Amino acid sequence: MSLLKISDVSMNYHSIKGETQALNNVNFEVNNGEFISILGPSGCGKSTLLNIMNGLLEPSSGYILYKGEDIKKNLDKIGYMFQKDHLFEWNTVWENVTLGLKIKKQLNNESKERVNELLDTYGLLRFKAHYPSELSGGMRQRVALIRTLALKPEILFLDEPFSALDYQSRLLVCDDVYNIIKTEKKTAIMVTHDIAEAISISQKVIVLTKRPSNVKVEISIDFENDDLTPFQKRKSPQFSGYFNRLWKELDQSNE
Amino acid sequence: MSKKHEIHFLKKQKEDNINRKNDHVIEKIKVNKEYQKVELEDKVSKEHEIYLKKVKSTKRRIVITRILILAIFIALWQIAASLKWIDPFLTSSPTRVIKSFISLYEDGSLFKHIGITCYETILGFSLGTILGVLIAVILWSCPFVSKILDPYIVVLNALPKVALAPIIIFWIGNGMPAIIVIALLISVITTVISVLTGFNEIDKEKIMLMNTFRASKIQILRYLIFPYSIPIFISALKINVGLSWVGVIMGEFLVAKNGLGFLIVYGGQVAQLDMVMMSIVILATIAFIMYEMVAFTENKFVKDKN
Repeated sequence: MSLLKISDVSMNYHSIKGETQALNNVNFEVNNGEFISILGPSGCGKSTLLNIMNGLLEPSSGYILYKGEDIKKNLDKIGYMFQKDHLFEWNTVWENVTLGLKIKKQLNNESKERVNELLDTYGLLRFKAHYPSELSGGMRQRVALIRTLALKPEILFLDEPFSALDYQSRLLVCDDVYNIIKTEKKTAIMVTHDIAEAISISQKVIVLTKRPSNVKVEISIDFENDDLTPFQKRKSPQFSGYFNRLWKELDQSNE
Repeated sequence: MSKKHEIHFLKKQKEDNINRKNDHVIEKIKVNKEYQKVELEDKVSKEHEIYLKKVKSTKRRIVITRILILAIFIALWQIAASLKWIDPFLTSSPTRVIKSFISLYEDGSLFKHIGITCYETILGFSLGTILGVLIAVILWSCPFVSKILDPYIVVLNALPKVALAPIIIFWIGNGMPAIIVIALLISVITTVISVLTGFNEIDKEKIMLMNTFRASKIQILRYLIFPYSIPIFISALKINVGLSWVGVIMGEFLVAKNGLGFLIVYGGQVAQLDMVMMSIVILATIAFIMYEMVAFTENKFVKDKN
């Protein structure tokens, strides 16, 4: 059985000027351990879809099932990563990564130890007492990811997590985040408009049409060597094939 | 067993990779810092020394000129009054101000007047700020109420609060509580407006982040909004100190039997302009000290934040 099932999800936005249909019967499934990208032209309702999937928005119709159950009963299984890291500048790295635990009143010796291990594994233990302004963009993004992972989510939602970074650190952080998510064996769903990013990081790319969006096509991404990092995948010969194919699909959905 | 080993090895390798990357970054930072240090030690030599000296001397010149202006003003005032260029009955003079100061000090009422006015002012602006923040919190947590009350707040803000003073005196009575309420009223509405604007300027995604943690409104306030808004609170406090002085002096004009405002009005009524001038000089000094104190707290918090 699939871990997450998105079933006939439609979403309308209302404003005084009228009604906008953002999503129209979106259907797809996510299996355990998969890394999926949702790719679509800008303004097509990708983020809306993500916010429906994580229960922050109520869809106009349709439903999201987690292991066959309504997602709203399983909100604690979800982690969310934003475009910006949204670290609190007035808190230290440690206070930032334990924020979610503190709010959920789960900050105990066991969880503290877990967070410490995460910080240690991903090279941030030394910066525990530092403030976010003292860290590089990549380190900040890693802190933000650990803040999410501290709550032991099963599924991670990533909303264009690298687009606030400059090109070079985007590639580096992409590798970092990919490694962390693989090592922690999490399922991940990423929203992006960057074709190269989608190919290099995910096993399946879901292309959305323009508004009102539905799923245009699902493309599985298989590289011969499974152990390649996203950066290495960019240099693989198969990469440009996938790129061209997705380019065409996106081009058509823009028309 | 071997597979377990392999996984462990792979994990270790990945860790090493990440660590190496970090080490690289740290190395870079270290090198940068050392470079700066070397620069400081070496280049303090000629050019930088001259630059530092220049900055210092400019600073000193500014302070000296400031003091000089004050000294010249006082001296001119004194000379003009002594030589009868101006009528010291109308303008008083520094020596007369000091005499008035000493006579009030000797009959023991000076510090009573200063103390009462300070007490009223401090109570006025702190209560005004606290109440303003409290109302802003309520309006922030109920956007519907906030929308409804919007025009009323605008009207209250535009209204000169001092116009309400006679009513407040009738309601509360002729005394210190009325003065404090006037001081508080003057600052509370601007506080509500500026704090609420600050609250609403917080990045919506940060609130969404808190929502993904399923944080309650109180938790959002405690962990996000309040720490974020500390600079806004302090700038509101800074404005309120000034407004509160206006409220207190105005209130004392109307009802008081004590305080600097009373001294000013009383001095005017009995044609004792020395007393009026002295009160104004004291007022200016205390207002300056209070402002500096708030500015000091502001600096401290801004420093803490960075």
